[in-house]
Amino acid sequence: MALEANLVAEFDQLAKNYPEKRAIMMLALHRLQDVRGWLSPEALEDLAAYLGMEPVEVFGVASFYPMYRLRPCGQHVVSICHNISCDLRGAQDIVAAVCEATGAPLHGTSPDGKFTVTTVECAGACANAPMFDLDGVYHEDLTPEKAKQIVRSVK
Amino acid sequence: MSQTERYLLTRANIEGAHQLAVAEKNGAYEALRKVLKEGIPYSTVIDEVKKSGLRGRGGAGFSTGMKWTFMPDPAKDPRPRYLAVNADESEPGTCKDRVIMQRDPHGFVEGVLLAAYAIRAQAAYIYVRGEYRLPHDRVKAAIEEARAKNLVGKNILGSDFSCEVYMHRGGGAYICGEETGLMESLEGKRGHPRPKPPFPAMFGLWGQPTTVNNVETVFNVPFIMNRGSAWFASLGTANSKGNFLCGISGHVNKPGVYEFSFGITAKEILEQHAGGMWKGRGLKAWFPGGSSCSLLKGSDIDVVLDHDSLRARGSSLGTAAMIMIDDHTSMARVMEIISRFYDHESCGQCSQCREGTQWLSQIFRRIAHGKGKADDVATLEALAKGMAPGKTICALSDAAAIPTLSAVRLFKDELIECVTRQADPLAVPQPHYAVAGGHH
Repeated sequence: MALEANLVAEFDQLAKNYPEKRAIMMLALHRLQDVRGWLSPEALEDLAAYLGMEPVEVFGVASFYPMYRLRPCGQHVVSICHNISCDLRGAQDIVAAVCEATGAPLHGTSPDGKFTVTTVECAGACANAPMFDLDGVYHEDLTPEKAKQIVRSVK
Repeated sequence: MSQTERYLLTRANIEGAHQLAVAEKNGAYEALRKVLKEGIPYSTVIDEVKKSGLRGRGGAGFSTGMKWTFMPDPAKDPRPRYLAVNADESEPGTCKDRVIMQRDPHGFVEGVLLAAYAIRAQAAYIYVRGEYRLPHDRVKAAIEEARAKNLVGKNILGSDFSCEVYMHRGGGAYICGEETGLMESLEGKRGHPRPKPPFPAMFGLWGQPTTVNNVETVFNVPFIMNRGSAWFASLGTANSKGNFLCGISGHVNKPGVYEFSFGITAKEILEQHAGGMWKGRGLKAWFPGGSSCSLLKGSDIDVVLDHDSLRARGSSLGTAAMIMIDDHTSMARVMEIISRFYDHESCGQCSQCREGTQWLSQIFRRIAHGKGKADDVATLEALAKGMAPGKTICALSDAAAIPTLSAVRLFKDELIECVTRQADPLAVPQPHYAVAGGHH
C-alpha cells in the first residue's frame, strides 16, 4: 500500500514550508496516525518511500516520541497524566477509576477493543490537576466520579 | 498586599480574544504597526528589549536582547535565518504558555513577528508540544487570520519586512524543550540535543543562524515596544524586570496561572492568591520553578520571587512554576515520581544521564516502597554529583541531579527512616488496578 492520495497532496503542500522535505516528519507521522489509527510497520514504510528515506530511519524517529503508537490500540485512547502535580491531587485514583469504567488494564486495551488506557508524563495542565487526554481533548479538574462519567459517555 | 500593574493577561481575559477582530479592538498588532509604519530599525527594537531588562521566560532567564545580538550581521552573513519559538512547554508544574496560546494567540503571533523582525528572520517556526491541540489550533487559526490581513507573509503592512510563520508539532518528548533538541526534532529527527558550540545563532536550524525564544518571552515584546523599555523596567526588581506568569499547582486551594510583577513574595502568592494550603495543612516543601530546580522547605515561603532571591536560597526561578507539597506527603514518593520522569525523558546519548536517571529512579522507587538498601541515600548523592554540573551534552542530567541533591540535603532523615524501617511511614495506600503485562 502506498500513502493515501490526500495525504500525498497534503504532505507535498507542507513540504513547501521547509528547506528540507524530511522536516515534515513529525507532522506527517501525526497525520498518518490520525488516518490509520496507529503507525504499523507498513505505515512507516509508506512514509519512508514518500520521503525517500530508509524505513529504519523513519522508525528511528517514530520510536523516540511517546505520542506515536507503534502498536494497535483501542478506538479511543485515554492518556492520564501521572506526573507530580497530578499525583499530588489524586492521579492514581483517576487511573483506577478509568481502568474500572473502561475495563482496560493500564497500558492495555479493553476486551471490546473500545479503549486503550495509558499514563503520560506532565501534560502541562498542572493548575487543573488531575487530568486526562481523551482522543486529543483535555479533561481537567477531574474527580474519580467525573472521570468515570466522561469515559462512560463516549459512544 | 503589593499592587501589581497587569498587562500580560488583560486581553486573554476578554471573551473571544482569540479572534482577530476582538484582539485588534483590544490592541493586538499595535506595536507591529508602529514599528513597521514608523520604520523603527531592527537595531532599535533590540536596544529597547535590551534596555527593558527582559529575560527569557523558558527557564534559563537569559537576557533576550542580548541573545538577539548573537545573530550574525546580515550584511556579512547573508545566509537564511530563522526564529524557532519554543512552545514545547513540558517542565512539570509549568502550564503558562498554554494560556497565552489558547486565549491570546494574536498577541503571541505579534510577539513572534516582532522577534523575527529584530533578528531579521524570514521565517518563524513555532514548535508546540504535540499534546497541546487546542493551543496549536488557536495559533494556527490566528496565523491564517493575520495572513489574510497582510499581518503575516510578504511585505507585511506594505513594509519591506516579510516573514512566514509556521506551526510545527512535537511528539511528547520533554527533551525537545531543550533548544538544540527542538531544532533536531523540527528537522525531522530524534530529539537528540547537539553539543554546543556551535551555538544556534551561528549553526541552528538546517545549519543556518537561528534564535530560539520561549512563548512568554516573545509575548512580552509588543508591550515593551508599545509602552517603552523604561515602563517595563519600572516593573519588577533589580535584575528581574516586568511581569511573569506564575503557575501554582499541587496542594493549594486555588491552583491557577496568575500574573505578578517580580518582587512579590511566594507567601503572598500562596496566601492571597492561591487560597492557602488545602485541608488546612502545613507546607512541607515546594518547587519554586518547576521540578528541575532545588526543592525549598516550607519555611522558605517568605522568599521574594525573582532570579537573585531564589538563587540566594539555593534554588532558581526556572519557569516560575510553583509546586506546593503539604506536610502529609512522603518526599520519597515525590522523588519517586520526579526521578521516574527524568528517566523516562532522558534521550540516552550521554551515559551519565542515561544510566544516572535510571539509577535515581530505581533507588527512589525502592526507598518509597520500603525496599531501600542501607547505603541508598548516600548512593543517591554520589550518583547525582556524578551527573552534574555540566558533564553532559545538555542540562537534562543536571535537571535530574538538582532536585535529588536538594531532597537528600533537606529530607535526609526522612529518606533514611524509610530505609531503616523498610517502610515509608508517610505512604498512603494506592488504589489497585490491573496493569497490562501483569506487573506494576
